[in-house]
Amino acid sequence: MNDVTLTREEREAKLEGMGCKRKRVEDIRFTQGKGNYVDDLKLPGMLHGDFVRSPYAHARVKSIDSENALKIPGVLAVITAETLKTVNLAWMPTLAGDVQMVLADGKVLFQGQEVAFVVATDRYAADDGINAVEVEYDELPVLIDAFKSMDPDAPVVREDIKDSKKGAHGPRKHHNHVFEWIVGDKDLTDAAFGKADVTIKQVISYHRTHPATLETCQCVCSFDKVKGELTIWGTFQAPHVIRTVVSLIAKLPEQKIHIISPDIGGGFGNKVGAYPGYICAAVASIVTGKPVKWVEDRMENLMATSFARDYHMTTEIAATKDGRVTGLRVHVLADHGAFDACADPSKWPAGFFNIVTGSYDFPVAYLAVDGVYTNKAPGGVAYRCSFRVTEAAYCIERAMDILAQKLGVDPAEMRLKNFIKAEQFPYHSALGWEYDSGNYHTAMKKAMETVKYAELRAEQATKRAAFKRGETREIMGIGVSFFTEIVGAGPSKNCDILGIAMFDSCEIRLHPTGAGVARMGTKSQGQGHETTWAQIIATEIGIPADNIMVEEGNTDTAPYGLGTYGSRSTPVAGAAIAMAARKIKAKAQMIAAYKLEVHEDDLEWEIDCFRVKGLPEKYLSMKDICWAAYNSPPPGLEPGLEAVSYYDPPNMTYPFGAYICVMDIDIDTGVYKVRRFYALDDCGTRINPMIIEGQVHGGLTEAFAIAMGQEIRYDETGNVMTGSFMDFFMPTAFETPHWETDFTVTPSPHHPIGAKGVGESPNVGGVPCFSNAVNDAYAFLGATHIQMPHDYWRNWKAAKELGAVG
Amino acid sequence: MATPLKKTQVSMKVNGADVDGLVEPRLLLVHFLRENLQLTGTHIGCETTHCGACTVDCNGMSVKSCTIFAVQADGSDITTIEGMANADGTLSALQEGFRMMHGLQCGFCTPGMIMRSHRLLKENPNPTEEEIRFGISGNLCRCTGYQNIVKAIQYAAAKINGTEFQEAAE
Repeated sequence: MNDVTLTREEREAKLEGMGCKRKRVEDIRFTQGKGNYVDDLKLPGMLHGDFVRSPYAHARVKSIDSENALKIPGVLAVITAETLKTVNLAWMPTLAGDVQMVLADGKVLFQGQEVAFVVATDRYAADDGINAVEVEYDELPVLIDAFKSMDPDAPVVREDIKDSKKGAHGPRKHHNHVFEWIVGDKDLTDAAFGKADVTIKQVISYHRTHPATLETCQCVCSFDKVKGELTIWGTFQAPHVIRTVVSLIAKLPEQKIHIISPDIGGGFGNKVGAYPGYICAAVASIVTGKPVKWVEDRMENLMATSFARDYHMTTEIAATKDGRVTGLRVHVLADHGAFDACADPSKWPAGFFNIVTGSYDFPVAYLAVDGVYTNKAPGGVAYRCSFRVTEAAYCIERAMDILAQKLGVDPAEMRLKNFIKAEQFPYHSALGWEYDSGNYHTAMKKAMETVKYAELRAEQATKRAAFKRGETREIMGIGVSFFTEIVGAGPSKNCDILGIAMFDSCEIRLHPTGAGVARMGTKSQGQGHETTWAQIIATEIGIPADNIMVEEGNTDTAPYGLGTYGSRSTPVAGAAIAMAARKIKAKAQMIAAYKLEVHEDDLEWEIDCFRVKGLPEKYLSMKDICWAAYNSPPPGLEPGLEAVSYYDPPNMTYPFGAYICVMDIDIDTGVYKVRRFYALDDCGTRINPMIIEGQVHGGLTEAFAIAMGQEIRYDETGNVMTGSFMDFFMPTAFETPHWETDFTVTPSPHHPIGAKGVGESPNVGGVPCFSNAVNDAYAFLGATHIQMPHDYWRNWKAAKELGAVG
Repeated sequence: MATPLKKTQVSMKVNGADVDGLVEPRLLLVHFLRENLQLTGTHIGCETTHCGACTVDCNGMSVKSCTIFAVQADGSDITTIEGMANADGTLSALQEGFRMMHGLQCGFCTPGMIMRSHRLLKENPNPTEEEIRFGISGNLCRCTGYQNIVKAIQYAAAKINGTEFQEAAE
C-alpha cells in the first residue's frame, strides 16, 4: 500500500519523475573510477591490433613487406588488403551507400589511411610491429581544395568508380563527384530573385572539424570457433545497427553476433559509423581464435575517423526593401573526403540540410548540394548535430545578419520581422518540412529583455564612436542567433539506415515487489539515460525512479533500436518509453479493477495508484498491482506486468532557441573575451532540468571551440596540420566562458510527453552566435563576412585587411 | 630488434598498498596501473599530456601517468581514483560534489578531474572560481563545459572546510 500519511506533493517527490532535477544514477560508479569502458576490458589470451598508416595523402602502394615485423617477439600476424580479399572484406559498405577500403587496396587516398593491421600479444609489441612493416609508395598528385575537385584535370581520387556515371544518390557529373541533391522550386525562386528589391550573396564556409571524444574509438572482438559466435564490445552509439552491418558484410547469422556497448566516453557522432579497426579486429580474432583489442590513439582519431562539416555554402537571399525575405537560394559544395562515409539516414545525402530556411517564413527556396571526393579523411558525421543541421543553421543565421547589415536593420529586428508566427504552426516550409510547434517571437523577446539588448546596442554605439575618435582599441560585438532544429529521426516514411526504419524501442518489465527494468534501443554516451528514462517511467506508472534499472547497449537483451545520435533518443525512444509504460498501465488498471471489485471505468489514476472514483479511501497502489500481477491476476488475463513498444514517430521534432553573445576584441592582437553568453532553449517538455542545463553547457562549449578555433586543417600536400591536442583547439576551463541558460516550453504536439530533444541545440545555435558576434564586432569597419574559425590570428588578419591595424 | 627488452623490477605504494611488478623500462605508468594492477579508473585520452584523463596523485603532486614510465615511479606513493572514496566506502566530498553539481556526463575525464581537484584543494583549500579554472586547466572535459565542475569543486571545498556552500546563480 502507498503511504496514506504522505501528501500528494510528497508522493510525487518520492517518485523523482519528470521535471525533477534527479541526481544521476551513473555518477556513483563514474566518480569512483568504476565505469566500464571498452579499454578496461581484459579477456584471457587477448591480443592487440594496431595500424600501419599512410604518411601520404595520395600514393600508389607498390609493396608491403611484413617479414621484419613478423620477427619481432610478440608479433603474430600482419593483415593487409590481400589477406582481407580472401574473406571478401578488403572493402566495406559505408552508411551513405558508398564503399570504403578497409585496408589500402592498391593505393592510399588520405594521410592516416589504414594500410596494414599488426596483431601482437600486447600493445607495445603491436607498436614495434607497425614500425617494422616496410611499405613502398609512389606519390600521386593530391587533391585538397574542394573547389578544384571538379576541374577537368583534377586528380582521380576514386579509381574504383571513375567511369561510373551513377552513384548511390543518382547521376555523377565528374570522376570526383559523389552526388547532386536538389530540393525546392528553382523557377519560383529565380522569379523571386528577379523581383527582389534587394539581394545578398555570400560564400559561407563551415570548416572541417572533429568530434574528438575524450575516449577514442575502440573495440574488443572475440570469435568463438566452436559456437561460431562473434562478440564485439565496442564504442558504438548504435549497437543494433552494427550487429546488422556485421551480419551482412561478414556473412554471419545475426543471432550469432553479440554487440555490447559498455560505458562510452563521449560520442558526438564520432561513434556512429563502422571503421576499419572494427573489421580488422574481427577478422584477426577469427584468424587467430583469440580475442583482439583495437584502441585508436588520439592522432589516429583526429586524422582518420569521422571528421565533420567541410561545407561551402553559396547563399543568396532575396528581400523587400523593408527587410521581408522573399526567397532563399543555396548551393553547397560538400567535401566528403576520400569515401562518402557520412552517417545520415540513407535517403538523405546531405542530411536534413533542407532545414536551411531556418526560423523564417521564406515563401520560396531552392537548394542544390554537390558532394565531392578529395584526398582527405572520409566522414561527414553529425558532430553533435542532427545530420547537417548545424551547417544549415550556420548558413541561414550568418546570411540573415548579412542581409540586416545591407539594409541597415538591427539583426534581432530582422529576425522578429521574418519569424514564422505562432499561429502558423504546424508550418510547411518551402523546402518540405512540417514544423511541429514553435513560439519564436516570445523566445526572442524574452532573450532580448533578459540581456537588456537595447542597452547593449547603445553601449556598442558609444564604443564605436570612441574607437573612431582613437580613444580605445577595443571593439565590441553582439552576436544574435535564432535556430530551429530538426531532430528525432525519424518517421519510417522517410528515414532509414540501410533499409531499417528509424524507430526506437523500449521494453519494461515490472517485478513483483514494485521494481523493474527498462531495456532500450538507445545508448547513452554521457546523456544520463539511466537517470532520465527512469524518470519518464516514474511519472507514467507511479513507480519511483530509484526502483527502475535502465539497461542499454546489449543487443542480446535490448529490443532493436537505432541508437543515440541526432538528438533522437528523447523524441523517439522517449516516446517508446511512454508508450510501453502506458501499455503496462492499461493492464494495471484491469488488475486494479479486479482487486477492487469495480469496473475499470470506475477507476482514476492518481500519481502512484488507481482510485475508485468518488471513494478516495478505496485504491490500489502500483506497487500492490505489481504483486497482484504475479500473485493473483484476474481470470483470463496472463500473469506478469511487462510491455514493449517500437515507436515510429509521426514527424520530426523542432526544438528552437534564442542565443545572444557579447564579445570584446582587442583590435591590435585579435584577442577576444566572451563577456556574456545567454542561451534560451525551448526543447518542449523538460524531463530533467539539471541534465538539460548540463547538455546546454557542454554543447555551447563545443560550439565555442568550433567557432573560435577548432579545425582539422590540411596543407596543400594533404598533411594534417592539426593532428594532436597541441594544435587542435580544445578549450580548457580557463578559456571557456560562463554560460547563462534559460528556457521557454512549447511542447511537441505529436510526442506522447511533448518532449523535443536538446543535446545538440547548443551546438547548432552556438556556432552562428559566436561567429555573428565576431562579424558584428568588425562590421562597422566594413566587414561583411569573416570566415570561421575566429582564432586570434584570423581576427588580427581580418582587422589588417580592413585597414584597422598597421 | 628481435630481442625482448630486459625487464626491471619496480615497487611502489598504490592507494596505500605495496605493489610490485617486473616491467619493460618503456612501460608507461598508466599502463602499469591499468593493465598490471587492473586499476582501470585512470583513463587514457590523448597519450600526449594534454587531456589529463590519466591524472594520478604521485608523491603529493598531480602527475599525468601517460607520460611517465613505471620505472620513474619506482618507490613512489601513488593515489588513483580507486583510492578516493571515504574509508567506509561512501563518496568523498569531491566525489559527492561532482554528483550533486552534475559535474560529469560521460565520466571519462572524471577520475583525472577528481584527482587534480583533490591536489588543488590540498594546495589551496579555499580557491576562487578563477583559481579553480586555472588549477584544472590541464584537464580537458568534452561534455560539461566546466561550469558544473567548478561548482563541484566549490561544493567539496565548502564541505571539507565545514562552511556553507552557496551555489552561484546562473
